[in-house]
Amino acid sequence: MGMKLTLKIWRQKDGADKGRMVPYELEDISPDMSFLEMLDVLNERLILDGEDPVAFDHDCREGICGMCSLVIDGTPHGPQRATTTCQLHMRHFQDGDVITIEPWRAGAFPVIKDLVVDRTALDRIIQAGGYVSAPTGSAPDAAAIPVPQADAHDAFDAATCIGCGACVAACPNASAMLFTAAKVTHLGLLPQGQPERYGRVTAMVAQMDAEGFGGCTNTGECTAVCPKGIPFETITRLNADLLTAARRS
Amino acid sequence: MSWTYPGIGHNFPDVASRSNTVTAPRPPRAAAARPGSVYRSSVGKKAVMAVTGAILVLYLVAHMVGNLKVFLGRADFDHYAHWLRTIGEPALPHRVFLTIVEVVLTVAVILHMWSAVSLARRARRARPVRYAVRPAAREHRYATHVMRYGGVVILLFVIWHLLDLTFGAVNPRGGGAEPYDKVVADFAPSHWYVTAFYVIAVIMVGLHLRHGIWSAFQTLGLGRRRRQRGLRLFAGTVAALLVIGFVSVPVMVTIGVVS
Repeated sequence: MGMKLTLKIWRQKDGADKGRMVPYELEDISPDMSFLEMLDVLNERLILDGEDPVAFDHDCREGICGMCSLVIDGTPHGPQRATTTCQLHMRHFQDGDVITIEPWRAGAFPVIKDLVVDRTALDRIIQAGGYVSAPTGSAPDAAAIPVPQADAHDAFDAATCIGCGACVAACPNASAMLFTAAKVTHLGLLPQGQPERYGRVTAMVAQMDAEGFGGCTNTGECTAVCPKGIPFETITRLNADLLTAARRS
Repeated sequence: MSWTYPGIGHNFPDVASRSNTVTAPRPPRAAAARPGSVYRSSVGKKAVMAVTGAILVLYLVAHMVGNLKVFLGRADFDHYAHWLRTIGEPALPHRVFLTIVEVVLTVAVILHMWSAVSLARRARRARPVRYAVRPAAREHRYATHVMRYGGVVILLFVIWHLLDLTFGAVNPRGGGAEPYDKVVADFAPSHWYVTAFYVIAVIMVGLHLRHGIWSAFQTLGLGRRRRQRGLRLFAGTVAALLVIGFVSVPVMVTIGVVS
């Protein structure tokens, strides 16, 4: 016997549409379905009924691509900690639940349709400095550039960011600080990132501001919802690098 | 172009082919970095808040310790208040040191508030459409409320406090009275509501500092994973000691220990 659910989903035809919440009743949902599979079931029914299916972003469905989103009952990626929406399963909900599903809400993430938002603002932050200008060629010898073990761990923790934007969605200021800080920390801790370290942080923060994201006020909402558990420490590392950059300029 | 997943039937909307689509706006580009522009960035404004906040906290510690002189009696308290005006004499003329402190504090408060208002306005613009559902606090949601709305309450309190004990405009004894008399008259048992107002305001300051001191360390880039517990403890302890120290004076006057 499956679960019976009421979904309240944000429907918005396009960027110009005002949008509204639309309720849907679902029956016979398996607790073993992922959240997105549950939405697939709804969409199959909507298509059979000749209605417009609910648009939502998804790609790998294994928690590594950063495409899936959804604010579920007010929490980006839903109630399960360190889990993307695609890896969230219906067994974490109760039979008879009313589930509200909204898109990421930020001025810098305009809604394209329904639950799909435009996240290219994050790409432009990366373009502003989230890279290393080094010849790539064949893989260098593993021991050619020594990296302290602790730095390697911290850099890797930051590098696990999948760029989904849940940090922005959760932040009371709609700030993209955790996203930006993850990249600044990842590259700033490694030897290959040193030559561009201070120019990078300045350019990325400037682009983050230009995109219209809010400022960070250290509330920590971002790390609480981050599906990859990017540590809050990355933010304080970004702050340190930016202030060093300011002193050097 | 439209993608259809076999068996799922999920249609991805094609932005370019929609009839109502106008030319996409040019993506925002950051202005070229100028010297000092870092301090106008959202992170720089937080740094301004951290530094000015630190100045204000150091002042509060000195202010609180000075207040405790009231427990040594009228002569000690009034002598201390008089000494504040003569610090540095004869090298510094009368009241110059105190005036410098007042100017620094005023500038710090203005910069702190300017940054806060600017960041709050930016945050408001950054989320034009609000969520229909807000969950119970996940992490430190209280911080945004305590800092922003609490900050406004603190500002109103500071204005009252200056009118009360600095200028004496709203003090029962007026501006000309000795400091000790002003304090005793202000928090007399019949004025219990003034004491209650002070206690609530000082607790608001404590909550503000509990997040603010910790936050300042993060903003100045001094927080690290291993230091977080220590920094939280430090911020909580400083906030608690300031609250206890500040609250003790009006409460002790109201219950008659100091009269």
